[in-house]
Order: sequence, then C-alpha cells, then structure tokens
Amino acid sequence: MGMTVAQKILARASGLAAVNVGDVVEPAVDMAMSHENTALVINQFLEVFKGTGLEPRVWDPSKIAVIFDHRVPAESAKTATNQKKVREFAAAQGIGKFHDVRGDSGGICHQVMAEEGYDRPGAVIVGADSHTTSHGALGALAFGVGATEMASVWALGRAVNIQVPATIKVVLSGRLNPAVTPKDVILHLVGLLTAEGGNFKVIEFHGDAIAAMPTSGRLVLCNMSVEAGATSGIVPADAETVRYLREEAGVTDPLDLVQPDPDAAYDRVIEIDVATLGPQIACPHTVDNVKSVGAVAGTKVHQIVIGSCTNGRLDDLEEAARRLKGRTIAKDVRMLVFPASWKIYKEAMRRGYIGDLMDAGAVIMNPGCGCCLGIHEGALGDGETALSTTNRNFHGRMGNPNSDVYLCSPAVAAASAVSGVITDPRKEN
Amino acid sequence: MATVVYKVGDDVSTDTIYPGRFMATVLPSETPQFCFADDKAFNGALQRQSVAPGSIIVGGQNFGCGSSREQAASTIKGHGLVVIARGFARIFLQNSINLGLRTVICPSIEAEVGDEIALTPTHVRNVTRNADFPIVPLPAARQAIIDAGGLIAYTRTRLVADRTR
Repeated sequence: MGMTVAQKILARASGLAAVNVGDVVEPAVDMAMSHENTALVINQFLEVFKGTGLEPRVWDPSKIAVIFDHRVPAESAKTATNQKKVREFAAAQGIGKFHDVRGDSGGICHQVMAEEGYDRPGAVIVGADSHTTSHGALGALAFGVGATEMASVWALGRAVNIQVPATIKVVLSGRLNPAVTPKDVILHLVGLLTAEGGNFKVIEFHGDAIAAMPTSGRLVLCNMSVEAGATSGIVPADAETVRYLREEAGVTDPLDLVQPDPDAAYDRVIEIDVATLGPQIACPHTVDNVKSVGAVAGTKVHQIVIGSCTNGRLDDLEEAARRLKGRTIAKDVRMLVFPASWKIYKEAMRRGYIGDLMDAGAVIMNPGCGCCLGIHEGALGDGETALSTTNRNFHGRMGNPNSDVYLCSPAVAAASAVSGVITDPRKEN
Repeated sequence: MATVVYKVGDDVSTDTIYPGRFMATVLPSETPQFCFADDKAFNGALQRQSVAPGSIIVGGQNFGCGSSREQAASTIKGHGLVVIARGFARIFLQNSINLGLRTVICPSIEAEVGDEIALTPTHVRNVTRNADFPIVPLPAARQAIIDAGGLIAYTRTRLVADRTR
C-alpha cells in the first residue's frame, strides 16, 4: 500500500522505509517554532535538565525559530519581562532565527516562517501554536504542540511518541468566482467537516484549484485546517512551492518535493467544485457555524478586522484597499488592519494600499496576533460585534465574553466597512 | 467516588477554559486562578477552594479545541480536577497527558452536576444514575508518557540516555 505525504515525511524523518497509519514513531524535527510562549518553554526545558548534571543546551539552535508576535510591543511589565528572558535565552543558546520587536524583520510567526524560508517541503515542523498547520502550505508536515512538548523537542531534537495520522484527501476543482477567496473555501470545508471532523487526521489538498492557487491562498487553507481539528493541512509541493521558496523566500538549497503515492490510502475523499461557492461566513461562537454571507447580511458590526496569520497578506490588503479606495468607512465602525509581517506592511505601503486604507478611516496596526485572541489591543465592548478575517470566533475570543465575532474573507470585511453591516461583496460596488 | 462539579457542552475551546487575556501568566503555579475565568460562579468556587480535589468536569465532544495554550491544561490540573469528556481536541489531550492532568475519554457519558462518579479501568460508573459508560483507552503512544509521570520526567530519562552515550 502506498503512502500519503504525511506518512512519507514521517517515515523519512524517523529513518524508516515506510510507516502505517497508527504506527508510533519519533521523527527528527527540522524546525521548531515558538513565540512569546517561549517563556514557558524555557521554564519546562530547564525542568527537564534538573538533577541530570547536564548543561541545559538546546539540541540544535539552527533548527529553532523564536518569533515575537502575540504581544508586540509588550502591553505589560509581565510580558516585557517574559520577552526579556526569551531574548537573553536566545542569545545564550545561539538561536539565530530570533525575530524580536523591530520593523526591519519579523511579524506574525506563521508568515515569517514562510517568507524567511524556514519552511521546506518534506520537513517536520513543530510549533508551539495551533496554527502551525499553516506551514503545510509549502509541503511540510507541520503541527502544533504545547510548551512542554516543545521543551522536549528542544532537548531531544525529536517529537516523541507520535502516532502516524490518517489523511483526509480534499480535491478542489474549478475556478473561484470573483469576490470568492481561499478563505471562503476553508470556511466551507470546516463547516462540512465540523470542528472535530479532522481530529487526529491530516488534510491533504489536491485539485486544479490548488494548482492555480498561489502560496498566499494555500497558507489560508492550511492555517485553518486546525479549525476542523486537523493535526496538519498539507499541499503537496509543486511548481508554485518552488517558485515561492526560490523567488520570494530566497531559498537556494535543494528541495524535496514529497508527493503521495498514487495508491496511498485515504481515510476519506472530499471533492469540492469551488466554482459553486459564494462568500462564506462563520457565525458566533464556533468556526464550523458556517453560512452563506447572505444569510446574515444586514447584521450591524462595530469593529472590522483585516489581518492575522490567516488573512494579513499582500493580496488581502490589496483586496481591502481596492474596495475602500476613495470611500469612507461607516462612522460608527472602527477598522483595524494587521499586516501579517513587516515585509508585507512595507510592500503595501509602497503600493499605496496603506494610504488608501488609512484615508478610508482604517487604523493600521503593527503586525501581530493580539487582537485576534483578545490579548493586545482591539478588544470589543459589551454587546459589540466584530467582523474579522481572523480564524476563531469562540466565546470571548476578542477579549470580551459579551461580544460576537463573525469570520469572513477580506472581500466581505471590506465590503461591509462602508455600510457598517455585513454585506455580500458581490452586491457591493 | 467523586462528584461532578461542572458540566459543559461540545466544542469548549481553550479560550473558554483559559481566556487569552490571561496568557501572559504561564507558570503552572500561577495559572489555576484563571480557570474558566469568564464563569464567575465556577471560577469563584475554585478560588475559594470549595471544590474538592478529584472532583469531575464533564465535557462534550472536542473538549479543549482551539489554541495550543498549555495553560488550559495546567489551570485545571492546578485544582486537582479530572476531565471526563465525550472527546478531546488533539493538542489539549496531548498537553493534559504531558502535564499529568487526568483525562478520560467516554463517548457516551451521561452525568449531571452533583452526580457521584466512580472510575474503573474500563468504565465510568455513574453511581447516582446506576449506569456504566465505557472508556476509550488513551492512545497507546501516550501511555509511556503517563507511566513516566509526565513528559518532563519522560524526556529527562531520554535526554540522559541521548547525551551520555
């Protein structure tokens, strides 16, 4: 029996010719990423070494990336002190892939990993963040872990006791309609699978709609695969993967474009003709509560958020700027824009998107996660509703349990900004 | 025997168990104060230490979905509670095993707050309702970590073997 991409990657990383679903393996880790929660990882890492007499050294500093994004710049003395500890640790351990609070590099970890070329097809990537699934967009097997598991990886260089997951094959065919984006595709899929339909499984994406989709869109699909519970989302590496890594990420070393075997066994196969999809929206308070935008059109919103690891890329900002250029965001709506990285921020500035958005009334924030999870700026008031291009709408997600969050594409978000109510972007302009 | 002290539905996220705004607090010694922080009544009871260690939270499907924040496991463990759920999200389950929070997968569990529960190796016994519900064993891959007393102890043993070769 053939192997899926996940099986092939785990077999290679575990030094085995083949693995079966359910096998327990210990893959070598190619890249281990964490953000502010590195403070806890360090704590647990030092615990591991206690009483051993060994000097606490990470297994390979070149395979560790630490990227500040959750609370930048620090919102409190506590965070600033945690960041200071991490900064000192990174220096002491020789961790070069450390992205501090500064405007000439860095941003949201999942974007930085891609654009800095830390992601490789065929790699095993672990991240102390659930949206680590994003990196499957470049053909890696990437999954989220907790801080203690990350500490274990730092110590051993391997992920211990990993059970080889089954894979769901998703075949996307057809062409996206205007105003319909990869975000609508993944919202539709999460609604179809439900919030737990992908639990303990990998989602492998195929089809001509994938072949035609740039890496920016693939990152959206893989990013939100975790919202169906998936361990990882994977787009098998192809010509676009090579183009992105060579031209945008500056990667020069050989790439291992891992493909599934033709006779790989899948848990199930889901086929979606994306040409049949219209704009989608996830309604409060679960990501799988997905409807057509039309079903909730007219709902009053108070805050619109464009950005995050899901939808803060250049094409997202371009979409928003194109719709808002020369127009004015509704008076009683505040719009926050979080570019996914400083590189994107600067390119958006160069192309005039930032100015167009600002002129329409948007507030441009520095790249970061804070608003999405209610920890750093952009909190909602009691009874308020947000329309957001982020990835989660759980109770209290944006910092207030007495508020609602709807999730949508940048097209829907921007189309709704002028009217101040949820608007189908096909009916606007 | 232990008492069910809290019951939640399906898809309870880590944002509910440990709201994001408290994430700057990371140490397991400090996280228990924010356990289910947005439920003032339950959090208050926990803070007053009026909930006996060993008491049970009953969850639905996909308990602990969302963020990988480990605080969601350490905050419950800090109060010595046990979680019996119809199902768990992957990262939360893994974090729980790593930290030694006792989690029981019981897809058919029926229990209400106040019910008395006895745990056997194979079943959740609801003594109040005189009903037994089968337990799904944790993945075999995880048992070694549980047997070692958590991932830190497990990794420590492996580390010493690795680096003293």
